[in-house]
Amino acid sequence: MPKDSGIGASSKRREDVRFLTGAGNYTDDINIHGQLHVHFLRADVAHATLNGVDTSAAEGMPGVHRIFTAADFAAVGGLPCGWLITDRHGQPMQEPKHPILAEGKIRHVGEPVAAVVADTLAQARDAAEAIVLDYDVLPAVIDMKAALQDGAGRVHDDLTSNLCYDWGFVEDNKQAVDDAIKGAAHVTTLELVNNRLVANPMEPRVAVGEYNRSDDMHTLHTTSQNPHVIRLLMGAFVLGIPEHKLRVVAPDVGGGFGTKIFHYAEEAFCTFAAKALNRPVKWTSTRSEAFMSDAHGRDHVTKIELALDADNNFVAVRTETLANMGAYLSTFASSVPTWLHGTLMAGNYKTPHIYVNVKAVFTNTVPVDAYRGAGRPEATFQLERVIDKAARELGVDPIKLRRQNFITEFPYATPVAVEYDTGDYVATMDKLEEIADLAGFAARRKESEAKGKLRGLGVNCYIEACGIAPSNLVGQLGARAGLYDAATVRVNATGSISVMVGAHSHGQGHETSFPQVISEMIGIPEDQIDIVHGDTSKIPFGMGTYGSRSLAVCGSAMVRAAEKVINKAKKIAAHLMEASEGDIELKNGRFSVAGTDKSVAWGDVTLAAYVPHNYPLTDIEPGLEETAFYDPANFTYPSGAYACEVELDPETGHVKIERFSAADDFGNIINPMIVSGQVHGGIAQGIGQAMLEGCVYDADGQLLSASYMDYAMPRAEDVPFYTVDHSCQTPCTHNPLGVKGCGEAGAIGSPPSVVNAVLDAINSGSGKKVAHIDMPLTPARVWAAMQ
Amino acid sequence: MYAFEIERPTTLQDAVAAIAGGGQALSGGQTLIPTLKARLADPGKLVSLHGVAELKGVCTDDDGRICIGAATTHATVARELAGSYPGLASLAARIGDPAVRNRGTIGGSLANNDPSACYPAGALASGATIVTNTREIAADDYFHGMFATALEEDEIITEVKFPVPRAAAYEKFIQPASRFPLVAVFVAKFDDGVRVAITGASETGVFRWTEAEAALSSDFSAGALDGLRVDPDHMIADLHGDKAYRAHLCAVMTKRAVTAAA
Repeated sequence: MPKDSGIGASSKRREDVRFLTGAGNYTDDINIHGQLHVHFLRADVAHATLNGVDTSAAEGMPGVHRIFTAADFAAVGGLPCGWLITDRHGQPMQEPKHPILAEGKIRHVGEPVAAVVADTLAQARDAAEAIVLDYDVLPAVIDMKAALQDGAGRVHDDLTSNLCYDWGFVEDNKQAVDDAIKGAAHVTTLELVNNRLVANPMEPRVAVGEYNRSDDMHTLHTTSQNPHVIRLLMGAFVLGIPEHKLRVVAPDVGGGFGTKIFHYAEEAFCTFAAKALNRPVKWTSTRSEAFMSDAHGRDHVTKIELALDADNNFVAVRTETLANMGAYLSTFASSVPTWLHGTLMAGNYKTPHIYVNVKAVFTNTVPVDAYRGAGRPEATFQLERVIDKAARELGVDPIKLRRQNFITEFPYATPVAVEYDTGDYVATMDKLEEIADLAGFAARRKESEAKGKLRGLGVNCYIEACGIAPSNLVGQLGARAGLYDAATVRVNATGSISVMVGAHSHGQGHETSFPQVISEMIGIPEDQIDIVHGDTSKIPFGMGTYGSRSLAVCGSAMVRAAEKVINKAKKIAAHLMEASEGDIELKNGRFSVAGTDKSVAWGDVTLAAYVPHNYPLTDIEPGLEETAFYDPANFTYPSGAYACEVELDPETGHVKIERFSAADDFGNIINPMIVSGQVHGGIAQGIGQAMLEGCVYDADGQLLSASYMDYAMPRAEDVPFYTVDHSCQTPCTHNPLGVKGCGEAGAIGSPPSVVNAVLDAINSGSGKKVAHIDMPLTPARVWAAMQ
Repeated sequence: MYAFEIERPTTLQDAVAAIAGGGQALSGGQTLIPTLKARLADPGKLVSLHGVAELKGVCTDDDGRICIGAATTHATVARELAGSYPGLASLAARIGDPAVRNRGTIGGSLANNDPSACYPAGALASGATIVTNTREIAADDYFHGMFATALEEDEIITEVKFPVPRAAAYEKFIQPASRFPLVAVFVAKFDDGVRVAITGASETGVFRWTEAEAALSSDFSAGALDGLRVDPDHMIADLHGDKAYRAHLCAVMTKRAVTAAA
């Protein structure tokens, strides 16, 4: 029987009450007395020498307080990149300055060039139209291959080329991989594009800067997934504000998907301008600005080779990728195509030889950074696509080929430097075959064919690495931050609990699932426990939420802090009951003495901690509050097997996704309903990438897909009812909850099966042979491929 | 958005006067308002037709034509014509989403003449008459290309009169992002022949596919269209489909419309 509270219960998401009734507190809801509004004048060309910004006509316009240009930020640092990549030859990556406002050059459409601060937004926009930019347009650097050719125009004149780095992984494996491919019985090669995406969270980015002269305190309210990271980056690297004078608040955030991890120019601007003008300064992104200023995702061009022996065993994988960085290095851009991508190239398979080469390229486009999955979808997509292509070339069943090559023994050290602690890929594939009713596919195909449609089935596996860690290892790999997390469990006198967590919830349901863990540990009702997050002045520290890390990393810190609290409470209980501490048991919110009928309630103990009249004051301090920092020993490795079934209209190329099934192994699960919801959302985004979403620049660097009129987001009718299952559970071996993370799996695991299904429909049903179609699989592309 | 004045006349006469005085007609605003918000237009003064009762509603004239007031919303057309002209009602019922259909109007759509709008196909295939404050214009003379019409400066549509065909159907293949037609075809079968109008496809806006009309007038079946092709030359090419694809869809969607109507 399902539990009704605690670990394993599908407790209803308590935060949804305020979200669904309009009571949420989003950054745009914050309006501070005396606030001014900023409008950014953004570049409408992709590449130009910026000779001057003439603000003279705009300065005196109604309501204008001040107009800022790059000159105002001469004493301020650029936006930092958080990960230093060392290339194949031991050289550090090329790292250009990323100014707050364009400095000497315009490098992408949408780059902020000047900022007008006025009483009203309309006044700021009016004045911005009176600013005259003097610039000479340069040829835009858009195509990555062209950008790397000799004589290509340079995005950054002070760099030697448009190559950020040329990364090899593992460089020492290269020769063995080359040899294995040369000697292989069969080599399947696939060239593909992992399409550029715009994250499009429902809530656009917002920043409100505040400055208080009385205590020299800066406050930034911002739409961030990780307020402490923003405080560190902006305070230490950009504006030079010591952390005790800088508070960063990220209240309710309406979706992040990665794009709200990063430190953006608008945040630094509003913080800076608030002090300069001694007035709060607010910016709310329009949707149009979001398209051309939020960091984009993906945008890889890849060639992958899979070598097999005569028995269809995988013997080697070799990949070459061009990864678009855009015009500047966004906060974690450099890590995405490298450590978050190359380390996953073994997938679920015991391929002995793997080599990954990635060239990161600067272009005159919006910076590209992590987007739900971040590197792992790119790895999964190419691997699971090339396996499907190999199966077709060899005439073997794609599921059988995968099963034959599964890793079956754990722990398993891959040739790409990571060690999977647990997993059971056979179990998830078995489960998938059951829930997807693969046995019934042939009959469903006949039904489709009777209607003149083609039906296809696509399957793929995925492996994910979540909760990136440990800090000392990632430090060696170039990370400029630690990747631990922190939590404070504050028990109040009457026994209710506030837990201050470094993770940030922007859709994940932490306010519900985190209390379930504490409730389970102590045995008090979930509604006695609240989560506090998103404010650097309230929580000890935190690296935030991304990479499916919240529960595995911050949840572990919370468990450690709660264990400290319980240990101390047991001491108090032992004193109250005049028993030995070792005999105290905590169950269902009561402390009892083993083997006796003596007990005290949780609330009696907590009250004693704060009203310590009968209390061992000589041995322990009053109060009941503990903090823990937790630095994981390893990544966690969720995995799964997905199946997609499509029906294709051969006359129009239109594809309808009829069925989608996901069998995931997330280790232990706190709230199955929330996990299912995360998987649903991830699959919707994966289907969006596979079928609909494509961010397109023309040769001049104009963003053609700059609005919802041309950038297609998935809608309810584009996705089927999903069948998801997470009953296969191999708990993580190295964190206290045995959890693995589930936030990104759907987005990582779904695109290959969608594409595999469409190609199966074409190749199995139409008499036509199509090896590959690049995403998004729009009707026009599918139809063209079939001609 | 730039600052603007707005007038809200309640009679056609006052509306025409206000527009003649330099106002921009606003009828539903499903294109105009987003254009204003993006600061792509600065009309100074808007004249809302929303309060002009004589521009609203549906009736039938002595010739049996359905007469739709220019300021009638898509939702109203979808509802009111469900029995009398289901083909056109179905077109109206599938424009945009409920919010669009409850604000957007037939007059606004035809005056704007977006090359991917639905109503131009319905009006042209039906052989409708566009009535303005000064004259009546046959649909065949009304559509002049992308966003271009026969309307003069200060002339506004007051009513659209639709002859009711024996059979009709509208088949729409949507552009995945905007949900406007990538290619959509309205087929109308009258006693004296068949009319086929295609929207979304051509650089010159809505057009009649006369070869298909001739073939269907003698044999109203999808098979009659076998072998007929639309010349891809004047098709739109963009992110969502090239010329060849749009030309191909013209034939596919016409066949489907015929099948649906027959």
